[in-house]
Amino acid sequence: MRESNEAPLWALFSAGGVVAAFLIPVHLFLFGLAFPLGWLPTPGYEHMLTLVRNPLVKIYLLLLCSLPLFHWAHRFRYTLYDGLKVKHLNELIFTFCYGGAVVGTVLAAYLLWSIA
Amino acid sequence: MQQPINVPIYTEYHPRWYRPRVSVYWWLGQWRYLKFILRELSSVFVALGVILTILQVRALREGSQAYARFQHELQTPAVISISLITLFFVVFHTITWFNLTPRAMAVRVRGKRIPEWLVAAPNYAMWIVVSGAVTWLVLRGR
Repeated sequence: MRESNEAPLWALFSAGGVVAAFLIPVHLFLFGLAFPLGWLPTPGYEHMLTLVRNPLVKIYLLLLCSLPLFHWAHRFRYTLYDGLKVKHLNELIFTFCYGGAVVGTVLAAYLLWSIA
Repeated sequence: MQQPINVPIYTEYHPRWYRPRVSVYWWLGQWRYLKFILRELSSVFVALGVILTILQVRALREGSQAYARFQHELQTPAVISISLITLFFVVFHTITWFNLTPRAMAVRVRGKRIPEWLVAAPNYAMWIVVSGAVTWLVLRGR
């Protein structure tokens, strides 16, 4: 890993941090708690499908999935380095974190764009 | 042969640096260290939130039955507990992230630095607006 990688990776970390801070709590609150527990009327299948078919919603959801994963990758990498002091596994951790973010991004893109 | 004067003498072995060993559990000692690690670990829950969204999209893609099944799974106590813990950490991320803004930006008005809470406040206002907009979009015309 070269030092020159750090700037773009940090930019992704930062952008992901912003997206995660503003958007993930409301998504989690709605879909993880409010709808399952019946605090709010659950939107039906057809309504959700109509929403996700909108190209703007697809882009929105892709950014919502991708950028926070790169945020996770960066932070988690340094948590493992500093918190657990496993810096000697540098390359393995690097591959696991950013590889995971890339896989998540590709998966989200595939799922979203295969919804016709 | 005589060594020339003023030439540094190299030794084969580097002198040992003084590096005190730090325990793996260094972050348990003080609340501020623990808070730092909890903040860093919030990223794991950010990733969990993303995974939940991806699963939701996958269920939606697989058809109405798969979607109904997934909604049912979300209602099980185990998944509700995971969602609750995840929400707690994600909100922790949001608060710590917003409160970093005044540290990154020193906003000055007439040469005087304005207080930190005033720099962070617009983030919170924006958060409320964005959350309301997402809720409205999801519930609209349901």
